[in-house]
Amino acid sequence: MTTFLELLANGISVGAVYALIALGFVIIFKATEVVNFAHASLLLAGGFVVARLHSSIGFWAALLLGVAGAAAVGVLIEFLIIRRANVSSHSVLAIVTIGVDIVLTTELTRRIGTEVLALGDPWRDQVVHLGAVGIAQTRVVALAVAAVLITAFLLAFKHTGWGVAMRATAEDPETAALMGVRRGRVSMGAWAVAGALATVAALFLCVFPTPGLDRSTTFAAMKAFPAAILGGLDSTTGALVGGLIIGVTETLMSGYQNDLAFLGRGIGDVAPFLVMIVVLLIRPAGLFGTRELARV
Amino acid sequence: MDVHAPPPPEDPGLVVRDLAVNYGPVTALRGISLSVPRGSIVAVLGGNGAGKSTLLRAVSGTLRFHRGGITAGEIVFGRTRLSGTAASAVVARGVVQVPEGRRVFARMTVEENLRAGSLGARDRRAAAGARERVHTLFPVLAERARQRAGLLSGGEQQMLAIGRALMARPAMLLLDEPTLGLAPMMAARIAETVREINAQGTTVLLVEQNAAMALSLASQAYVLEVGEVALSGPAADLARSDEVRRRYLGIEDDRAASPAGASAGRPALARWSA
Ligand SMILES: Nc1ncnc2c1ncn2[C@@H]1O[C@H](COP(=O)(O)OP(=O)(O)OP(=O)(O)O)[C@@H](O)[C@H]1O
Ligand SMILES: [Mg+2]
Repeated sequence: MTTFLELLANGISVGAVYALIALGFVIIFKATEVVNFAHASLLLAGGFVVARLHSSIGFWAALLLGVAGAAAVGVLIEFLIIRRANVSSHSVLAIVTIGVDIVLTTELTRRIGTEVLALGDPWRDQVVHLGAVGIAQTRVVALAVAAVLITAFLLAFKHTGWGVAMRATAEDPETAALMGVRRGRVSMGAWAVAGALATVAALFLCVFPTPGLDRSTTFAAMKAFPAAILGGLDSTTGALVGGLIIGVTETLMSGYQNDLAFLGRGIGDVAPFLVMIVVLLIRPAGLFGTRELARV
Repeated sequence: MDVHAPPPPEDPGLVVRDLAVNYGPVTALRGISLSVPRGSIVAVLGGNGAGKSTLLRAVSGTLRFHRGGITAGEIVFGRTRLSGTAASAVVARGVVQVPEGRRVFARMTVEENLRAGSLGARDRRAAAGARERVHTLFPVLAERARQRAGLLSGGEQQMLAIGRALMARPAMLLLDEPTLGLAPMMAARIAETVREINAQGTTVLLVEQNAAMALSLASQAYVLEVGEVALSGPAADLARSDEVRRRYLGIEDDRAASPAGASAGRPALARWSA
Protein backbone atom coordinates (compact mmCIF):
# COMPACT_ATOMS: atom_id res chain seq x y z
CA MET A 1 0.00 0.00 0.00
CA THR A 2 2.82 2.38 0.87
CA THR A 3 4.49 1.57 -2.41
CA PHE A 4 1.28 2.28 -4.21
CA LEU A 5 0.84 5.66 -2.52
CA GLU A 6 4.43 6.61 -3.21
CA LEU A 7 4.08 5.62 -6.84
CA LEU A 8 0.78 7.46 -7.13
CA ALA A 9 2.25 10.65 -5.63
CA ASN A 10 5.24 10.44 -7.94
CA GLY A 11 2.98 9.71 -10.88
CA ILE A 12 0.84 12.76 -10.22
CA SER A 13 3.92 14.92 -9.97
CA VAL A 14 5.42 13.55 -13.17
CA GLY A 15 2.01 13.92 -14.77
CA ALA A 16 1.85 17.58 -13.78
CA VAL A 17 5.18 18.13 -15.52
CA TYR A 18 3.90 16.37 -18.65
CA ALA A 19 0.85 18.59 -18.41
CA LEU A 20 3.08 21.68 -18.61
CA ILE A 21 4.60 20.38 -21.84
CA ALA A 22 1.27 19.25 -23.25
CA LEU A 23 -0.27 22.62 -22.44
CA GLY A 24 2.31 24.41 -24.57
CA PHE A 25 1.78 21.90 -27.34
CA VAL A 26 -1.99 22.45 -27.20
CA ILE A 27 -1.88 26.25 -27.22
CA ILE A 28 0.39 26.25 -30.26
CA PHE A 29 -2.09 23.98 -31.95
CA LYS A 30 -5.01 26.17 -30.93
CA ALA A 31 -3.35 29.36 -32.10
CA THR A 32 -1.83 28.13 -35.34
CA GLU A 33 -3.31 24.67 -36.04
CA VAL A 34 0.24 23.42 -36.28
CA VAL A 35 1.18 20.18 -34.57
CA ASN A 36 4.52 21.23 -33.15
CA PHE A 37 6.91 18.33 -33.31
CA ALA A 38 9.75 20.70 -32.36
CA HIS A 39 8.40 20.90 -28.83
CA ALA A 40 10.90 18.49 -27.35
CA SER A 41 13.78 20.50 -28.77
CA LEU A 42 12.38 23.71 -27.27
CA LEU A 43 12.44 21.92 -23.95
CA LEU A 44 15.97 20.73 -24.49
CA ALA A 45 17.08 24.26 -25.43
CA GLY A 46 15.63 25.76 -22.25
CA GLY A 47 17.14 23.03 -20.09
CA PHE A 48 20.50 23.42 -21.80
CA VAL A 49 20.65 27.14 -21.00
CA VAL A 50 19.94 26.43 -17.33
CA ALA A 51 22.53 23.66 -17.22
CA ARG A 52 25.24 25.78 -18.81
CA LEU A 53 24.64 28.98 -16.84
CA HIS A 54 23.74 27.95 -13.30
CA SER A 55 27.31 27.54 -12.09
CA SER A 56 28.30 31.05 -13.16
CA ILE A 57 25.19 33.15 -12.45
CA GLY A 58 23.31 31.03 -9.93
CA PHE A 59 20.34 28.72 -10.33
CA TRP A 60 17.48 31.23 -10.27
CA ALA A 61 19.04 33.64 -12.74
CA ALA A 62 19.90 30.69 -14.98
CA LEU A 63 16.32 29.44 -14.79
CA LEU A 64 15.03 32.88 -15.72
CA LEU A 65 17.38 33.05 -18.70
CA GLY A 66 16.47 29.52 -19.70
CA VAL A 67 12.78 30.39 -19.67
CA ALA A 68 13.44 33.57 -21.66
CA GLY A 69 15.76 31.70 -24.02
CA ALA A 70 13.30 28.95 -24.87
CA ALA A 71 10.53 31.54 -25.28
CA ALA A 72 12.81 33.41 -27.69
CA VAL A 73 13.59 30.24 -29.63
CA GLY A 74 9.84 29.60 -29.89
CA VAL A 75 9.20 33.11 -31.15
CA LEU A 76 12.01 32.78 -33.67
CA ILE A 77 10.66 29.50 -35.02
CA GLU A 78 7.25 31.11 -35.38
CA PHE A 79 8.56 34.31 -36.94
CA LEU A 80 11.20 32.89 -39.25
CA ILE A 81 9.63 29.65 -40.33
CA ILE A 82 5.99 29.04 -39.48
CA ARG A 83 4.80 32.50 -40.52
CA ARG A 84 6.78 32.56 -43.72
CA ALA A 85 6.14 29.02 -44.83
CA ASN A 86 3.46 29.74 -47.38
CA VAL A 87 2.06 26.26 -47.52
CA SER A 88 -1.52 25.29 -48.03
CA SER A 89 -1.66 22.46 -45.56
CA HIS A 90 -1.05 22.32 -41.86
CA SER A 91 0.29 18.80 -42.24
CA VAL A 92 3.14 20.24 -44.26
CA LEU A 93 3.88 22.72 -41.48
CA ALA A 94 3.90 19.85 -39.00
CA ILE A 95 6.56 18.17 -41.11
CA VAL A 96 8.49 21.44 -41.22
CA THR A 97 8.52 21.41 -37.41
CA ILE A 98 9.98 17.89 -37.53
CA GLY A 99 12.82 19.37 -39.57
CA VAL A 100 13.29 22.16 -37.05
CA ASP A 101 13.31 19.60 -34.27
CA ILE A 102 16.00 17.52 -35.95
CA VAL A 103 18.22 20.55 -36.53
CA LEU A 104 17.85 21.89 -33.00
CA THR A 105 18.16 18.54 -31.27
CA THR A 106 21.19 17.52 -33.30
CA GLU A 107 22.99 20.74 -32.49
CA LEU A 108 22.09 20.60 -28.81
CA THR A 109 23.02 16.95 -28.34
CA ARG A 110 26.29 17.64 -30.11
CA ARG A 111 27.01 20.32 -27.53
CA ILE A 112 25.88 18.12 -24.66
CA GLY A 113 27.94 15.23 -25.96
CA THR A 114 28.03 12.29 -23.62
CA GLU A 115 27.82 14.43 -20.51
CA VAL A 116 25.05 14.41 -17.96
CA LEU A 117 24.56 18.04 -16.97
CA ALA A 118 23.32 18.99 -13.52
CA LEU A 119 20.86 21.87 -13.37
CA GLY A 120 22.05 23.13 -9.98
CA ASP A 121 18.65 23.09 -8.34
CA PRO A 122 18.43 23.82 -4.59
CA TRP A 123 16.29 20.76 -3.74
CA ARG A 124 18.90 18.09 -4.45
CA ASP A 125 18.01 14.63 -3.25
CA GLN A 126 16.12 15.35 -0.05
CA VAL A 127 13.09 13.23 0.69
CA VAL A 128 9.92 14.40 2.40
CA HIS A 129 8.19 11.89 4.70
CA LEU A 130 4.43 11.94 5.14
CA GLY A 131 3.86 9.09 7.57
CA ALA A 132 5.33 6.02 5.96
CA VAL A 133 5.24 7.58 2.49
CA GLY A 134 8.50 9.09 1.29
CA ILE A 135 8.54 11.46 -1.68
CA ALA A 136 11.48 13.30 -3.19
CA GLN A 137 11.36 16.99 -2.44
CA THR A 138 11.83 17.72 -6.15
CA ARG A 139 8.57 15.89 -6.88
CA VAL A 140 6.68 17.97 -4.31
CA VAL A 141 8.08 21.19 -5.72
CA ALA A 142 7.35 20.05 -9.27
CA LEU A 143 3.73 19.45 -8.43
CA ALA A 144 3.38 22.78 -6.62
CA VAL A 145 5.08 24.79 -9.37
CA ALA A 146 3.13 23.05 -12.11
CA ALA A 147 -0.13 23.66 -10.26
CA VAL A 148 0.67 27.38 -9.85
CA LEU A 149 1.73 27.80 -13.48
CA ILE A 150 -1.25 25.91 -14.83
CA THR A 151 -3.65 27.92 -12.68
CA ALA A 152 -2.03 31.19 -13.74
CA PHE A 153 -2.20 30.12 -17.37
CA LEU A 154 -5.85 29.13 -17.19
CA LEU A 155 -6.79 32.39 -15.46
CA ALA A 156 -4.95 34.42 -18.09
CA PHE A 157 -6.54 32.34 -20.83
CA LYS A 158 -9.97 33.02 -19.40
CA HIS A 159 -9.71 36.63 -18.36
CA THR A 160 -7.03 38.63 -20.15
CA GLY A 161 -7.28 40.28 -23.56
CA TRP A 162 -4.51 37.95 -24.70
CA GLY A 163 -6.61 34.94 -23.66
CA VAL A 164 -9.73 36.24 -25.40
CA ALA A 165 -7.73 36.96 -28.56
CA MET A 166 -6.25 33.49 -28.40
CA ARG A 167 -9.57 31.72 -27.98
CA ALA A 168 -11.24 33.84 -30.65
CA THR A 169 -8.44 33.04 -33.10
CA ALA A 170 -8.61 29.36 -32.22
CA GLU A 171 -12.33 29.25 -32.81
CA ASP A 172 -12.55 31.34 -35.98
CA PRO A 173 -9.37 32.98 -37.30
CA GLU A 174 -11.12 35.00 -39.99
CA THR A 175 -13.68 36.51 -37.65
CA ALA A 176 -10.98 37.19 -35.07
CA ALA A 177 -9.14 39.13 -37.78
CA LEU A 178 -12.33 41.10 -38.40
CA MET A 179 -12.15 42.13 -34.73
CA GLY A 180 -8.67 43.48 -35.36
CA VAL A 181 -6.88 40.59 -33.66
CA ARG A 182 -3.40 40.15 -35.13
CA ARG A 183 -2.91 36.50 -35.69
CA GLY A 184 0.85 36.81 -35.88
CA ARG A 185 1.02 38.26 -32.39
CA VAL A 186 -1.31 35.66 -30.97
CA SER A 187 0.73 32.93 -32.56
CA MET A 188 4.04 34.36 -31.34
CA GLY A 189 2.61 34.64 -27.85
CA ALA A 190 1.61 30.99 -27.96
CA TRP A 191 5.10 29.89 -29.01
CA ALA A 192 6.70 32.04 -26.32
CA VAL A 193 4.45 30.66 -23.58
CA ALA A 194 5.02 27.12 -24.83
CA GLY A 195 8.80 27.62 -24.73
CA ALA A 196 8.67 29.07 -21.23
CA LEU A 197 6.52 26.24 -19.88
CA ALA A 198 8.74 23.68 -21.59
CA THR A 199 11.81 25.04 -19.79
CA VAL A 200 10.16 24.67 -16.40
CA ALA A 201 9.20 21.15 -17.43
CA ALA A 202 12.80 20.49 -18.51
CA LEU A 203 13.96 21.47 -15.05
CA PHE A 204 11.67 19.00 -13.34
CA LEU A 205 12.40 16.23 -15.83
CA CYS A 206 16.10 16.51 -15.05
CA VAL A 207 16.23 16.89 -11.28
CA PHE A 208 16.45 14.07 -8.73
CA PRO A 209 15.84 11.14 -9.12
CA THR A 210 16.89 11.71 -12.75
CA PRO A 211 20.67 12.19 -12.92
CA GLY A 212 20.48 15.34 -15.03
CA LEU A 213 20.11 16.73 -18.52
CA ASP A 214 21.47 14.52 -21.24
CA ARG A 215 20.66 13.51 -24.78
CA SER A 216 17.86 11.23 -23.61
CA THR A 217 15.91 14.11 -22.09
CA THR A 218 14.05 14.58 -25.38
CA PHE A 219 12.72 11.04 -25.04
CA ALA A 220 11.23 11.94 -21.69
CA ALA A 221 9.71 15.04 -23.28
CA MET A 222 8.22 12.93 -26.07
CA LYS A 223 5.88 11.32 -23.55
CA ALA A 224 3.98 14.58 -23.40
CA PHE A 225 2.86 14.08 -27.02
CA PRO A 226 0.57 11.17 -26.13
CA ALA A 227 -0.62 13.26 -23.18
CA ALA A 228 -1.69 16.11 -25.48
CA ILE A 229 -3.11 13.79 -28.11
CA LEU A 230 -5.13 11.58 -25.82
CA GLY A 231 -6.55 14.61 -24.03
CA GLY A 232 -7.55 16.15 -27.35
CA LEU A 233 -5.13 18.33 -29.29
CA ASP A 234 -7.24 21.45 -29.00
CA SER A 235 -8.25 21.19 -25.36
CA THR A 236 -6.38 22.74 -22.44
CA THR A 237 -8.36 20.57 -20.02
CA GLY A 238 -7.37 17.61 -22.13
CA ALA A 239 -3.69 18.51 -21.78
CA LEU A 240 -3.98 18.52 -18.00
CA VAL A 241 -5.95 15.30 -17.72
CA GLY A 242 -3.82 13.64 -20.40
CA GLY A 243 -0.63 14.63 -18.59
CA LEU A 244 -1.87 13.17 -15.33
CA ILE A 245 -3.07 9.94 -16.94
CA ILE A 246 0.25 9.43 -18.70
CA GLY A 247 2.31 10.32 -15.62
CA VAL A 248 0.41 8.02 -13.29
CA THR A 249 0.24 5.13 -15.78
CA GLU A 250 3.90 5.32 -16.58
CA THR A 251 4.98 5.52 -12.94
CA LEU A 252 2.73 2.69 -11.81
CA MET A 253 3.74 0.47 -14.70
CA SER A 254 7.41 1.06 -14.01
CA GLY A 255 6.92 0.58 -10.30
CA TYR A 256 5.17 -2.73 -10.70
CA GLN A 257 7.37 -3.79 -13.58
CA ASN A 258 8.38 -7.00 -11.89
CA ASP A 259 4.79 -8.06 -11.35
CA LEU A 260 4.05 -7.23 -14.96
CA ALA A 261 7.01 -9.12 -16.36
CA PHE A 262 4.74 -10.97 -18.78
CA LEU A 263 4.29 -7.63 -20.61
CA GLY A 264 8.00 -7.42 -21.19
CA ARG A 265 10.61 -5.12 -19.74
CA GLY A 266 10.41 -1.34 -20.15
CA ILE A 267 6.63 -1.36 -20.09
CA GLY A 268 6.74 2.00 -18.26
CA ASP A 269 8.28 3.65 -21.30
CA VAL A 270 5.77 2.35 -23.80
CA ALA A 271 2.73 2.66 -21.52
CA PRO A 272 2.06 6.30 -22.51
CA PHE A 273 1.81 5.33 -26.15
CA LEU A 274 -0.33 2.29 -25.45
CA VAL A 275 -2.76 4.39 -23.43
CA MET A 276 -2.89 6.93 -26.24
CA ILE A 277 -3.69 4.28 -28.84
CA VAL A 278 -6.43 2.77 -26.71
CA VAL A 279 -8.02 6.17 -26.09
CA LEU A 280 -7.85 7.13 -29.76
CA LEU A 281 -9.49 3.87 -30.78
CA ILE A 282 -12.44 4.70 -28.57
CA ARG A 283 -12.51 8.48 -29.02
CA PRO A 284 -10.70 9.62 -32.18
CA ALA A 285 -10.78 13.29 -31.12
CA GLY A 286 -9.23 12.52 -27.74
CA LEU A 287 -10.96 12.74 -24.37
CA PHE A 288 -11.84 16.44 -24.55
CA GLY A 289 -10.94 17.36 -28.12
CA THR A 290 -13.25 18.53 -30.85
CA ARG A 291 -11.04 17.82 -33.82
CA GLU A 292 -10.05 14.40 -35.03
CA LEU A 293 -6.46 13.68 -35.80
CA ALA A 294 -7.36 12.76 -39.34
CA ARG A 295 -7.71 16.46 -40.03
CA VAL A 296 -4.24 17.32 -38.85
CA MET B 1 -19.04 59.69 -35.11
CA ASP B 2 -17.34 62.26 -32.92
CA VAL B 3 -19.89 65.03 -32.39
CA HIS B 4 -17.30 67.66 -31.52
CA ALA B 5 -15.26 67.23 -34.65
CA PRO B 6 -17.51 66.82 -37.68
CA PRO B 7 -15.67 65.43 -40.67
CA PRO B 8 -14.59 68.12 -43.09
CA PRO B 9 -16.96 68.29 -46.07
CA GLU B 10 -14.33 67.13 -48.50
CA ASP B 11 -14.01 63.84 -46.60
CA PRO B 12 -15.39 61.34 -49.11
CA GLY B 13 -16.06 58.40 -46.76
CA LEU B 14 -15.43 55.03 -48.36
CA VAL B 15 -14.48 55.02 -52.02
CA VAL B 16 -13.95 51.88 -54.08
CA ARG B 17 -12.34 52.42 -57.48
CA ASP B 18 -12.21 49.83 -60.29
CA LEU B 19 -11.84 47.01 -57.82
CA ALA B 20 -11.07 43.58 -59.24
CA VAL B 21 -10.72 40.48 -57.08
CA ASN B 22 -9.68 36.94 -57.91
CA TYR B 23 -9.83 33.72 -55.94
CA GLY B 24 -7.03 31.91 -57.67
CA PRO B 25 -8.33 31.37 -61.21
CA VAL B 26 -11.86 32.53 -60.30
CA THR B 27 -12.66 36.18 -60.95
CA ALA B 28 -15.22 37.40 -58.42
CA LEU B 29 -15.18 41.18 -58.98
CA ARG B 30 -14.47 42.73 -62.38
CA GLY B 31 -13.67 46.36 -61.74
CA ILE B 32 -16.43 47.79 -59.59
CA SER B 33 -16.61 51.36 -58.30
CA LEU B 34 -18.81 52.70 -55.56
CA SER B 35 -18.77 55.28 -52.83
CA VAL B 36 -20.29 55.51 -49.38
CA PRO B 37 -20.36 59.13 -48.18
CA ARG B 38 -19.81 59.81 -44.48
CA GLY B 39 -22.96 59.49 -42.44
CA SER B 40 -25.00 57.72 -45.11
CA ILE B 41 -26.44 54.22 -45.54
CA VAL B 42 -25.58 52.67 -48.88
CA ALA B 43 -27.01 49.32 -49.94
CA VAL B 44 -25.41 46.70 -52.17
CA LEU B 45 -27.89 44.21 -53.64
CA GLY B 46 -27.36 41.12 -55.74
CA GLY B 47 -28.12 37.45 -56.01
CA ASN B 48 -26.06 34.52 -54.81
CA GLY B 49 -22.49 34.65 -56.00
CA ALA B 50 -22.75 38.22 -57.27
CA GLY B 51 -19.66 39.19 -55.27
CA LYS B 52 -21.19 41.08 -52.35
CA SER B 53 -19.27 39.28 -49.62
CA THR B 54 -16.15 39.47 -51.74
CA LEU B 55 -16.47 43.25 -51.80
CA LEU B 56 -16.66 43.38 -48.00
CA ARG B 57 -13.74 40.97 -47.63
CA ALA B 58 -11.69 43.21 -49.89
CA VAL B 59 -12.49 46.24 -47.73
CA SER B 60 -11.78 44.38 -44.47
CA GLY B 61 -8.57 42.81 -45.74
CA THR B 62 -9.66 39.22 -45.17
CA LEU B 63 -9.47 37.93 -48.75
CA ARG B 64 -6.34 35.99 -47.89
CA PHE B 65 -8.40 33.73 -45.64
CA HIS B 66 -10.07 32.58 -48.86
CA ARG B 67 -6.93 32.51 -50.97
CA GLY B 68 -8.16 35.56 -52.79
CA GLY B 69 -6.53 38.86 -53.61
CA ILE B 70 -7.08 42.29 -55.14
CA THR B 71 -5.77 42.34 -58.70
CA ALA B 72 -6.67 45.91 -59.63
CA GLY B 73 -8.18 49.09 -58.23
CA GLU B 74 -8.08 50.58 -54.79
CA ILE B 75 -10.13 51.17 -51.66
CA VAL B 76 -9.83 54.45 -49.80
CA PHE B 77 -11.44 55.48 -46.54
CA GLY B 78 -11.26 59.16 -45.70
CA ARG B 79 -7.79 59.97 -46.83
CA THR B 80 -6.17 56.61 -46.12
CA ARG B 81 -5.81 53.66 -48.42
CA LEU B 82 -7.32 50.46 -47.06
CA SER B 83 -6.40 48.14 -49.91
CA GLY B 84 -3.11 46.44 -49.20
CA THR B 85 -3.27 46.95 -45.42
CA ALA B 86 -3.78 44.25 -42.80
CA ALA B 87 -7.20 43.46 -41.38
CA SER B 88 -6.17 44.85 -38.01
CA ALA B 89 -5.21 48.17 -39.62
CA VAL B 90 -8.63 48.44 -41.26
CA VAL B 91 -10.31 47.95 -37.87
CA ALA B 92 -7.95 50.48 -36.35
CA ARG B 93 -9.10 52.99 -39.00
CA GLY B 94 -12.65 52.50 -37.75
CA VAL B 95 -14.03 50.25 -40.49
CA VAL B 96 -15.59 47.15 -38.92
CA GLN B 97 -17.47 44.28 -40.53
CA VAL B 98 -20.35 42.12 -39.31
CA PRO B 99 -19.78 38.98 -41.38
CA GLU B 100 -22.36 36.93 -43.23
CA GLY B 101 -23.86 34.18 -41.08
CA ARG B 102 -23.15 36.12 -37.85
CA ARG B 103 -20.04 34.07 -36.97
CA VAL B 104 -20.31 34.62 -33.22
CA PHE B 105 -17.68 32.81 -31.16
CA ALA B 106 -20.00 30.01 -30.13
CA ARG B 107 -17.78 28.56 -27.41
CA MET B 108 -17.32 31.90 -25.71
CA THR B 109 -19.86 33.74 -23.56
CA VAL B 110 -21.84 36.72 -24.81
CA GLU B 111 -19.72 38.99 -22.65
CA GLU B 112 -16.49 37.51 -24.01
CA ASN B 113 -17.72 37.98 -27.56
CA LEU B 114 -18.23 41.67 -26.85
CA ARG B 115 -14.78 41.80 -25.32
CA ALA B 116 -13.33 40.23 -28.45
CA GLY B 117 -14.98 43.03 -30.41
CA SER B 118 -13.03 45.64 -28.49
CA LEU B 119 -9.63 43.99 -29.03
CA GLY B 120 -8.78 45.94 -32.15
CA ALA B 121 -10.48 49.19 -31.16
CA ARG B 122 -8.75 52.47 -31.78
CA ASP B 123 -9.20 53.37 -28.13
CA ARG B 124 -9.47 50.34 -25.88
CA ARG B 125 -10.09 52.45 -22.78
CA ALA B 126 -13.40 53.49 -24.25
CA ALA B 127 -14.65 49.90 -24.11
CA ALA B 128 -16.87 50.55 -21.08
CA GLY B 129 -18.73 53.32 -22.92
CA ALA B 130 -19.08 51.15 -26.00
CA ARG B 131 -20.46 48.27 -23.92
CA GLU B 132 -23.03 50.62 -22.42
CA ARG B 133 -24.16 51.67 -25.87
CA VAL B 134 -24.43 48.04 -27.02
CA HIS B 135 -26.43 47.06 -23.94
CA THR B 136 -28.78 49.98 -24.52
CA LEU B 137 -29.33 48.95 -28.14
CA PHE B 138 -29.68 45.26 -27.28
CA PRO B 139 -30.78 44.76 -23.65
CA VAL B 140 -30.94 41.00 -24.23
CA LEU B 141 -27.14 40.93 -24.49
CA ALA B 142 -26.88 42.27 -20.95
CA GLU B 143 -29.35 39.67 -19.68
CA ARG B 144 -27.47 36.82 -21.36
CA ALA B 145 -23.96 38.11 -20.60
CA ARG B 146 -22.72 34.83 -19.08
CA GLN B 147 -24.41 32.49 -21.51
CA ARG B 148 -22.53 30.74 -24.28
CA ALA B 149 -23.08 32.59 -27.54
CA GLY B 150 -23.75 29.33 -29.36
CA LEU B 151 -26.94 28.88 -27.33
CA LEU B 152 -28.52 32.16 -28.47
CA SER B 153 -31.30 32.21 -31.07
CA GLY B 154 -30.49 33.31 -34.60
CA GLY B 155 -31.84 36.80 -34.01
CA GLU B 156 -29.95 37.16 -30.75
CA GLN B 157 -26.78 35.98 -32.45
CA GLN B 158 -27.24 38.66 -35.10
CA MET B 159 -27.64 41.26 -32.36
CA LEU B 160 -24.50 39.94 -30.73
CA ALA B 161 -22.60 40.08 -34.02
CA ILE B 162 -23.64 43.70 -34.51
CA GLY B 163 -22.99 44.56 -30.87
CA ARG B 164 -19.56 42.96 -31.07
CA ALA B 165 -18.68 45.13 -34.06
CA LEU B 166 -19.92 48.24 -32.25
CA MET B 167 -17.50 47.49 -29.40
CA ALA B 168 -14.72 48.77 -31.66
CA ARG B 169 -16.58 52.11 -31.89
CA PRO B 170 -16.56 52.03 -35.68
CA ALA B 171 -16.80 55.10 -37.87
CA MET B 172 -18.15 52.79 -40.53
CA LEU B 173 -20.03 49.51 -40.27
CA LEU B 174 -20.06 46.88 -43.02
CA LEU B 175 -23.08 44.59 -42.69
CA ASP B 176 -23.23 41.36 -44.71
CA GLU B 177 -26.81 40.12 -44.99
CA PRO B 178 -27.81 40.90 -41.40
CA THR B 179 -31.38 39.66 -41.87
CA LEU B 180 -30.42 36.35 -43.49
CA GLY B 181 -32.54 33.55 -42.09
CA LEU B 182 -34.45 35.72 -39.65
CA ALA B 183 -38.23 35.83 -39.22
CA PRO B 184 -39.85 39.04 -40.56
CA MET B 185 -40.35 40.49 -37.08
CA MET B 186 -36.72 40.02 -36.18
CA ALA B 187 -35.57 41.29 -39.57
CA ALA B 188 -37.59 44.46 -39.02
CA ARG B 189 -36.06 44.80 -35.59
CA ILE B 190 -32.55 44.55 -37.04
CA ALA B 191 -33.42 47.07 -39.76
CA GLU B 192 -34.64 49.50 -37.13
CA THR B 193 -31.40 49.06 -35.20
CA VAL B 194 -29.33 49.72 -38.31
CA ARG B 195 -31.23 52.96 -38.81
CA GLU B 196 -30.59 53.91 -35.19
CA ILE B 197 -26.86 53.12 -35.36
CA ASN B 198 -26.64 55.28 -38.47
CA ALA B 199 -28.55 58.08 -36.76
CA GLN B 200 -25.93 58.01 -34.00
CA GLY B 201 -23.32 58.89 -36.61
CA THR B 202 -21.99 55.61 -37.99
CA THR B 203 -21.72 55.28 -41.76
CA VAL B 204 -23.24 52.00 -43.01
CA LEU B 205 -22.54 49.83 -46.03
CA LEU B 206 -25.38 47.31 -46.09
CA VAL B 207 -25.17 44.16 -48.21
CA GLU B 208 -28.53 42.44 -48.59
CA GLN B 209 -30.59 40.05 -50.63
CA ASN B 210 -33.63 41.41 -48.82
CA ALA B 211 -33.92 44.28 -51.29
CA ALA B 212 -37.11 45.76 -49.88
CA MET B 213 -35.58 46.20 -46.46
CA ALA B 214 -32.25 47.48 -47.75
CA LEU B 215 -33.82 49.98 -50.14
CA SER B 216 -36.05 51.35 -47.38
CA LEU B 217 -33.00 52.10 -45.24
CA ALA B 218 -30.47 53.27 -47.79
CA SER B 219 -30.07 56.56 -49.60
CA GLN B 220 -28.01 55.11 -52.44
CA ALA B 221 -27.93 51.57 -53.76
CA TYR B 222 -25.85 49.45 -56.10
CA VAL B 223 -26.90 46.20 -57.73
CA LEU B 224 -24.13 43.69 -58.35
CA GLU B 225 -24.37 40.99 -61.00
CA VAL B 226 -21.57 38.49 -61.56
CA GLY B 227 -18.90 40.79 -60.25
CA GLU B 228 -20.03 44.01 -61.91
CA VAL B 229 -22.21 46.94 -60.94
CA ALA B 230 -25.32 46.38 -63.05
CA LEU B 231 -27.40 49.24 -61.70
CA SER B 232 -26.90 52.08 -59.32
CA GLY B 233 -28.73 55.16 -58.18
CA PRO B 234 -30.76 56.66 -55.35
CA ALA B 235 -32.44 53.88 -53.38
CA ALA B 236 -35.92 55.29 -53.91
CA ASP B 237 -35.43 55.27 -57.68
CA LEU B 238 -34.12 51.73 -57.66
CA ALA B 239 -37.10 50.61 -55.63
CA ARG B 240 -39.35 51.92 -58.38
CA SER B 241 -37.40 50.49 -61.28
CA ASP B 242 -38.91 47.59 -63.21
CA GLU B 243 -35.79 45.55 -63.19
CA VAL B 244 -35.24 45.70 -59.46
CA ARG B 245 -38.91 45.11 -58.73
CA ARG B 246 -38.93 42.05 -60.91
CA ARG B 247 -35.63 40.53 -59.92
CA TYR B 248 -35.16 41.49 -56.30
CA LEU B 249 -38.56 42.46 -54.96
CA GLY B 250 -40.43 39.58 -56.57
CA ILE B 251 -43.04 41.85 -58.16
CA GLU B 252 -44.13 41.04 -61.72
CA ASP B 253 -43.96 43.73 -64.34
CA ASP B 254 -47.62 43.80 -65.32
CA ARG B 255 -48.80 43.91 -61.73
CA ALA B 256 -46.30 46.63 -60.97
CA ALA B 257 -47.47 48.80 -63.83
CA SER B 258 -49.90 51.16 -62.21
CA PRO B 259 -52.78 52.77 -64.12
CA ALA B 260 -51.30 56.21 -63.39
CA GLY B 261 -48.84 55.86 -66.25
CA ALA B 262 -45.96 54.41 -64.29
CA SER B 263 -43.54 54.46 -67.18
CA ALA B 264 -43.54 58.24 -67.21
CA GLY B 265 -42.94 58.45 -63.51
CA ARG B 266 -40.21 55.87 -63.57
CA PRO B 267 -36.78 57.46 -63.42
CA ALA B 268 -34.03 56.59 -65.81
CA LEU B 269 -31.30 54.69 -64.03
CA ALA B 270 -27.74 54.33 -65.03
CA ARG B 271 -27.59 50.90 -66.63
CA TRP B 272 -24.03 49.79 -66.44
CA SER B 273 -23.07 48.26 -69.75
CA ALA B 274 -20.04 46.10 -70.03
N1 LIG C 1 -13.27 31.17 -51.03
C1 LIG C 1 -13.59 31.21 -52.34
N2 LIG C 1 -12.86 30.55 -53.26
C2 LIG C 1 -13.18 30.58 -54.56
N3 LIG C 1 -14.20 31.26 -55.06
C3 LIG C 1 -14.98 31.94 -54.21
C4 LIG C 1 -14.72 31.95 -52.82
N4 LIG C 1 -15.65 32.72 -52.21
C5 LIG C 1 -16.44 33.16 -53.19
N5 LIG C 1 -16.05 32.70 -54.39
C6 LIG C 1 -16.68 32.98 -55.69
O1 LIG C 1 -16.73 34.37 -55.86
C7 LIG C 1 -17.98 34.76 -56.37
C8 LIG C 1 -18.62 35.77 -55.46
O2 LIG C 1 -18.90 35.18 -54.22
P1 LIG C 1 -19.45 35.98 -52.98
O3 LIG C 1 -19.40 35.09 -51.79
O4 LIG C 1 -18.75 37.27 -52.88
O5 LIG C 1 -20.95 36.21 -53.41
P2 LIG C 1 -22.16 36.84 -52.59
O6 LIG C 1 -22.72 37.92 -53.44
O7 LIG C 1 -21.74 37.21 -51.23
O8 LIG C 1 -23.19 35.64 -52.55
P3 LIG C 1 -24.21 35.22 -51.39
O9 LIG C 1 -25.38 36.11 -51.51
O10 LIG C 1 -24.54 33.81 -51.72
O11 LIG C 1 -23.51 35.36 -50.08
C9 LIG C 1 -18.79 33.50 -56.55
O12 LIG C 1 -18.68 33.09 -57.90
C10 LIG C 1 -18.10 32.50 -55.68
O13 LIG C 1 -18.20 31.21 -56.22
MG1 LIG D 1 -22.27 36.66 -49.39
